[in-house]
Amino acid sequence: MSVDMRTFLAHVELANPITTAAGCASSGRELAQFFDLHRLGALTTRSITMAPRAGRPTPRMAETPSGMLNAVGLQGPGIEAFLERELPWLAQRGIKTIVSIGGGTVAEYSELARRLADAPGVTALEVNLSCPNMEDRGRVFAREGSAAAEVIASVRSIMRYDVPVIAKLAPDVADIVSVARACVDAGADALSMINNPLGMAIDTEALRPSLAAVTGGLSGPAILPLAVRCVWQVHAALPGVPLIGVGGVMTGRDAFQLVLAGACVVAVGTALFHDPYACLRIERELEELLRARGFQRLADAVGLAHRPPGSAPRHLLVDTEESTP
Amino acid sequence: MQVTGTVLTTRRVDAYHALTVVAPGIAERYRPGHFVSVAVGGPYSSMVTRRALSIHDVKSDYGGTVELVFTVRGSGTAWLAERRARDTLDLVGPLGRPFPLPRDPVHCVLVGSEYGSAVLFPLADALLARGCRVDFVLGGAGAERVFGAMRARRMAETTTLTTEDGSLGLRGKVTDALPSVIADTRADAVYACAPMETLRAVTAVAMEFDIPVQVAVEEAMACGIGVCMTCVLPVIGDDGATRMVRACAEGPVFRGERVRFEDVGTIPFDALGAPGGGARHVS
Ligand SMILES: Cc1cc2nc3c(=O)[nH]c(=O)nc-3n(C[C@H](O)[C@H](O)[C@H](O)COP(=O)(O)OP(=O)(O)OC[C@H]3O[C@@H](n4cnc5c(N)ncnc54)[C@H](O)[C@@H]3O)c2cc1C
Ligand SMILES: Cc1cc2nc3c(=O)[nH]c(=O)nc-3n(C[C@H](O)[C@H](O)[C@H](O)COP(=O)(O)O)c2cc1C
Ligand code: FES
Repeated sequence: MSVDMRTFLAHVELANPITTAAGCASSGRELAQFFDLHRLGALTTRSITMAPRAGRPTPRMAETPSGMLNAVGLQGPGIEAFLERELPWLAQRGIKTIVSIGGGTVAEYSELARRLADAPGVTALEVNLSCPNMEDRGRVFAREGSAAAEVIASVRSIMRYDVPVIAKLAPDVADIVSVARACVDAGADALSMINNPLGMAIDTEALRPSLAAVTGGLSGPAILPLAVRCVWQVHAALPGVPLIGVGGVMTGRDAFQLVLAGACVVAVGTALFHDPYACLRIERELEELLRARGFQRLADAVGLAHRPPGSAPRHLLVDTEESTP
Repeated sequence: MQVTGTVLTTRRVDAYHALTVVAPGIAERYRPGHFVSVAVGGPYSSMVTRRALSIHDVKSDYGGTVELVFTVRGSGTAWLAERRARDTLDLVGPLGRPFPLPRDPVHCVLVGSEYGSAVLFPLADALLARGCRVDFVLGGAGAERVFGAMRARRMAETTTLTTEDGSLGLRGKVTDALPSVIADTRADAVYACAPMETLRAVTAVAMEFDIPVQVAVEEAMACGIGVCMTCVLPVIGDDGATRMVRACAEGPVFRGERVRFEDVGTIPFDALGAPGGGARHVS
């Protein structure tokens, strides 16, 4: 028997809970050479910015134990080119698309939302509040509840109500629950966790930092426990808010951890660099794990690890009803 | 495409390791200049990114094999060097843009330094098949680091070898020998694969002779398939504008004079989307 893998991101239904992580699948075309993008629950684009951006100098990446650092700096052609070429390509194919946006000022985020508000093919809008690669280190929105809330409130007021607004949060903050709450109070329909924590590596041959930008965002299996913790804490505090779990997912079991912690959608990033088919494999493995544990629906597993110790999983209780006359 | 290949043979070639891998899907779609990315360290490895390696050779044996030639640089290539016959390898490929081939039978000089030479042999085969004349200039730090000298001698009109320590051929770099080779052979085109500094010098020589030059560059890559944006370098487009383009997807082969070698590792101020340049940047 197959498991019902459908999930809801706010009120939008996705056929399965697996999406690509922002910035790890460009705008889809490259992955489409490997598999049919319709098999994704949704595709999340890289963060779109107002103006074209050339990003950071190279080297932009360094492998670290069970992870990697990146300092790409939101390279991209800007919203104009995105609306002209990339979004229509996705829309024409009917691919569920979560558009990620990144900006440096509240006005910039609002303007991006305005440009996207009438564009066909936007399934949801993810607001990247936490790019650690920006030239201006002084203002990472996700580090401060009030700054994050300001962006979300402005974007929410502009986007159509049938397009969920997702706030993407950073893990390197003192209290992620308070930032999450501020975003939800400001109108976020869902939360995405986590963006890259900042890290650094030093090249012991060159005796210099490995990245041209010195510091970069850490991703890969090294940050899975960080993501599970953030999803767990926020789900415990805000159980009704749909969460996208992101960070270090390489296998179905990793995705399952995030689901049990409270995520109803799981995004896959660095794993795509290792294996372009990672999303399909992870979805299959997740479904297999659910089936092996007697789940009929993915939804029954979301946040299940929060139940008090000793209590039986709900879905198994329901199963026993069949034996009563 | 992704293929689980089986190692057929392993051998040492001078200072390098060579792996022949049965990889049918990749071999049949291969063109000279393509590369593959290899997963390293096994299923529980902490190495999460793949290693990009040029394809040195393809053969139709066993349904299709590819040969990879590499030097041990870090932990991933060290792991690869330990593979033995019958081990399996996870390969994605063929990746990248191959070398463009001339329509007419022209004279081509192929310049390779260290393992960069490996990618030039199937190119030479393809050029010879089109009736081109091929001349090689191969170099390395020392004799054992000059890859493929014997094979080059067998297939090319002339082969010029250079070593920095003078242990083989001419003392110096490939670029020291290149001008006279181009002049003597009256070459119409140059193809090169070598470290960035060498490619820059090769391009300068070719431009002096006013002949086209195709270079295969090497940039640190995380994905190899064009999604991560880590492997970029400044390249001048048809419209004259400089863009930070991906070495894996738009390259690794570029027209030499289009690559801004002196600006590699920077964002040139006039590049599209550069901070403070043509476009406003997020701050
Ligand atoms: C298109 C292309 C073709 C190549 N062909 C060959 C070849 O035929 N033979 C050969 O010996 N080498 C080749 N290289 C270089 C080879 O990819 C690196 O030497 C190798 O990845 C280093 O891995 P490592 O585990 O030893 O080093 P580490 O330093 O442990 O690698 C860490 C990470 O950085 C990446 N990386 C580090 N240096 C490079 C580099 N120079 N280029 C790309 N990625 C890098 C690795 O792929 C890995 O993801 C090629 C590179 C490119 C881009
Ligand atoms: C190369 C690279 C580029 C990224 N670009 C973006 C981006 O544009 N916007 C964003 O919100 N997150 C970006 N991220 C963060 C990822 O979306 C994700 O949150 C993070 O990498 C953790 O997931 P992972 O471990 O599965 O990669 C990027 C990550 C990487 C590795
Ligand atoms: S290596 Fe990822 S885009 Fe080139």
